Amino acid sequence: MGDRTVLHSDCNCFYASVELLHHPELRGKPIAVGGDPEKRHGIVLTADYTAKKYGVKTGMTLWEARQLCQDITFLPPRMDLYLRFSKMAQEIYADYTDLREPFGCDESWLDVTASATLKGDGARIAKEIKSRIKSELGITVSIGVSYNKIFAKLGSDYKKPDAITTMYKDEYRDKVWKLPVSELLYVGKSTNRKLAKMGIKTIGELALMDTELLEAGLGKMGLILWSFANGYDDSPVRKENTHAEIKSIGNSTTTPKDLQTDEDVKIVIYALSESVAARLRENAFKCRVVEISIRDNELYSFTRQRKIESATNITEEIAEEAYRLFKENYIWGKPIRSLGVRGADLVTDRYFEQIDMFQSYEKREKQEKMDMAVDDIRRRFGFYSIQRGLMYKDRELSEINAKEEHVVHPVAYF
Amino acid sequence: MASNKVYIDVIAEFTTDGRLIPKSFTWEGEGTFEIQKVTDVRRAASLKAGGAGMRYTCIVEGRKCHLYYEDNNMWFMEVENS
Repeated sequence: MGDRTVLHSDCNCFYASVELLHHPELRGKPIAVGGDPEKRHGIVLTADYTAKKYGVKTGMTLWEARQLCQDITFLPPRMDLYLRFSKMAQEIYADYTDLREPFGCDESWLDVTASATLKGDGARIAKEIKSRIKSELGITVSIGVSYNKIFAKLGSDYKKPDAITTMYKDEYRDKVWKLPVSELLYVGKSTNRKLAKMGIKTIGELALMDTELLEAGLGKMGLILWSFANGYDDSPVRKENTHAEIKSIGNSTTTPKDLQTDEDVKIVIYALSESVAARLRENAFKCRVVEISIRDNELYSFTRQRKIESATNITEEIAEEAYRLFKENYIWGKPIRSLGVRGADLVTDRYFEQIDMFQSYEKREKQEKMDMAVDDIRRRFGFYSIQRGLMYKDRELSEINAKEEHVVHPVAYF
Repeated sequence: MASNKVYIDVIAEFTTDGRLIPKSFTWEGEGTFEIQKVTDVRRAASLKAGGAGMRYTCIVEGRKCHLYYEDNNMWFMEVENS
């Protein structure tokens, strides 16, 4: 089998670019899409290049961004608009291949090996896609061209915006290997630290490292990263639509007042879980991992997650798991400022799995029916028309209608 | 600053083979204009007006103009003077 031709296309500052297209008067000025500027707790989802020059980054709070850049304009996110543009970009990609694997709503891998005879080599197809996205959607993309997914992704990050970078077999030693190892997919903060301890700073150094040492230091992941660094990644680009575009569904909130007791936390966790579970049901998903995030009043934050026994979108199960995670991981010292609940590792709700002998199937079915009934009542009579008893213990805290107020929640939130 | 994007009322025809072809449009205060011919249809972005959609290149009163059909099902045109 010959080499594959894999492209990775990345829409530059996607949300900000779509907004700038629709706001000609703001072009060339610093903007950031994020939060609700009226509220105190918005964060920057995406900044445009002008704002980035001032140091504005994704994940910053709006006031931090304002401190770096006085003239910045904040725009509230319009997720439906971005998803429309994401879909239009996918339609363009579809003209070149059916092997398209989206990674979030602004990135996609494309295996165009089979189009080579018709459309030309990878670089040529990339050029055509880049110019079509620009003229048809009015936004720019960066595309990496390589023979595997990992190097293609590194290529799309290599030069931005509106650029094409090839990472062919005769080039990767000069381009990929010089990059810091943190650029590699799956090298996060903690892996980076471990690698640094072993004296590995660049991808090249990782590629040339002794595999036994890597395995000793990082376990199986060490070997995976080593093969990524050497371009031994033969994972296929998945065929369209076989895999959820959304990777997780979560809600988080900065509470109206700091949380002091277990009960306070329980109320907020249930409110958030109701929203997460309802959104899972609405999108026909179940989750296999429950995750919580906690931030105390000194802004120290952490997340914890756990795989659950069977995939679920039952409110009660998600809330119970989230609360259990909280109890196991938080020792009350400081009051809590903000909480988040998330369902990850999504599968479609028609997912089949082994029934657990120790789980009551009837009970789960009842709970599913109850959730459906609650969804239905809320749809017809409004969110507050039906509430859990727990919510009446503290009306101030339970006033979170997370589902309607916090629907926007991109993958790279935390 | 005034927007360069103007949404307009359009009368269009669905053909038997499923195509959508604008026939005339109404510009507020200016009256209704008949589209004599559509010379090109393609997806395009309008940087000037700020938007993207299907762009119809139309001949109106002998002059060429662009009519955009956004995927929110609304039609817009670019305004010449800003």
